[in-house]
Amino acid sequence: MSVNPSRAELQRAPAGGLDVERIRADFPILKLRVNGKPLVYLDNAASSQMPQPVLDRWIRYQTTQHSNIHRAVHYLSETATAEYEGARRKLAAFINAKEEREVIFTTGTTDAINLVAHGYGRKFVAAGDEIVLTTLEHHSNIVPWQMVAEEKGARIRVVPVNDRGELILEEYLKLLGPRTRIVGVGHVSNALGTINPVREMIAAAHERGIPVLVDGAQAAPHMQLDMQVLDCDFYAFSGHKMFGPTGIGVLYGKAAWLEKMQPYKGGGDMILSVTFEKTVYNVIPGKFEAGTPPIAAAITLGAAADYITGIGIERIHAHETDLLDYATDQVNRLPGVRIIGTAEKKAAVLSFVVDGVHPHDVGTLLNEEGVAVRTGHHCAQPVMQRFGIPATSRASFAFYNTHAEVDVLVAGIRKVQKVLR
Amino acid sequence: MADTKQLYQEVILDHNRKPRNWGVLPDATHRAEGHNPLCGDHLTLALRLRDEAVDAIHFQGESCAICKASASMMTVAVRGKSREDTERLVQEFRDLATGKLEPAGPHHLGRLTVFAGVRDLPTRVKCAILPWHTLHAALNDEASTTTEAEADPMHAPMGNA
Repeated sequence: MSVNPSRAELQRAPAGGLDVERIRADFPILKLRVNGKPLVYLDNAASSQMPQPVLDRWIRYQTTQHSNIHRAVHYLSETATAEYEGARRKLAAFINAKEEREVIFTTGTTDAINLVAHGYGRKFVAAGDEIVLTTLEHHSNIVPWQMVAEEKGARIRVVPVNDRGELILEEYLKLLGPRTRIVGVGHVSNALGTINPVREMIAAAHERGIPVLVDGAQAAPHMQLDMQVLDCDFYAFSGHKMFGPTGIGVLYGKAAWLEKMQPYKGGGDMILSVTFEKTVYNVIPGKFEAGTPPIAAAITLGAAADYITGIGIERIHAHETDLLDYATDQVNRLPGVRIIGTAEKKAAVLSFVVDGVHPHDVGTLLNEEGVAVRTGHHCAQPVMQRFGIPATSRASFAFYNTHAEVDVLVAGIRKVQKVLR
Repeated sequence: MADTKQLYQEVILDHNRKPRNWGVLPDATHRAEGHNPLCGDHLTLALRLRDEAVDAIHFQGESCAICKASASMMTVAVRGKSREDTERLVQEFRDLATGKLEPAGPHHLGRLTVFAGVRDLPTRVKCAILPWHTLHAALNDEASTTTEAEADPMHAPMGNA
């Protein structure tokens, strides 16, 4: 069974572009009507939707392959184990990891970052040390480090951003010092869409022997992930933001680091032997996968990676860039609407504020038009503080969104302005 | 699905555009600040109690349309009412917004039932309730209140201040 049926279809697509209508046909939820209007789903940065081949993979696993893994010798257990490890292999290829054992299945990005904060931070961060983060981080790449810093008496240093929402690299370089133990940076800002220059940042940190964790939650659905090119030490991302299910994510870590780190959770599967006197931990990746993992979700995530690969990340990038440029242009034409985050390099996120209208009213009134956007602080309150606003409305795109949907969004914003003025 | 058209009714839009009893009250006897840190809604409420009745009530703040209209209509509704009647209205409004009280049923809310629509929009319930929460805090000499954590109207019963 092919999990990327779109490949053949795409070959018939208009040259150079995506056949978006064919792709949309793969996503049952996009046929939904909300408040009597066709759903316009522009909250992909919060969670994306699942295509039928990916949904089918879940059903096929549960109906024909399910048992616990790494346990019994019977047929189903061996099948489930093979499929689970097969998914690890797919994800390793998807991000171009050197070895499969560098891919740890977690419950998501938050869990992956907590794993590093615990496994690396608790072991290698000491009193007086420094952890470098950026203003653009999602709370999930702030709070775990604050917990480590508080426990160890370490200090968090924060890379500032300019008025466009871009990290100020000179300031970053100044923050790297002899006490810096780790750098944590988002690949793409969830609140503004800024694509951060992580490759340069990693190289600069490595010159000083400092490891770098990249929060890739917002990058995974939009761009090529290549661990060999990035050369990061850790990379975290979530399944449900890349057309897979919730409850599954990946922590990539260089084997040399993972081997030095302490386990995060104790339990079954993460041990080689247990006596009450001494327990010997398993080798990686098992060391970090205590208990029965979300097997079905991991296998389904493998199918999601296949689906993305089948469409082609280059085509996805081209379509989304086109969509973002169009949306940016259309929204810029609206008097009284201001885009927050105007970085030169952006992924498919459009954050905006409407003069005199609270984002919650924007969100509720857009919902009336069937348009789903996120309103609020986007779990990035330091970003909101930097721009002096309590919240924004955020439209975030995926490859299944269309120019016509941007038009519905823009008409919706116009209506908001009319109703609330 | 909720028909939110019923939430943004003309009366709500009108109170949002032209909030009644907007401003400061220099000789207030009771004051409180209401704040929802998650969405940034913030309002200050000041009232003058005379013979245990609301003699005057003013508010100011930065908030969404639902919160501002709710505050404006609240000030109109409670002015002249006894402390006891005001507290009863606070409870009734809270019950209306959280779906525990039917707009058609017996109550003293009058036009305030236009806010019944928020019950179908759980994320907006707090916007409508914040002014009432703040009024309750002011009457009970609490300096500030929030609709978060233990005071979350979606989960917690209203505590005795």
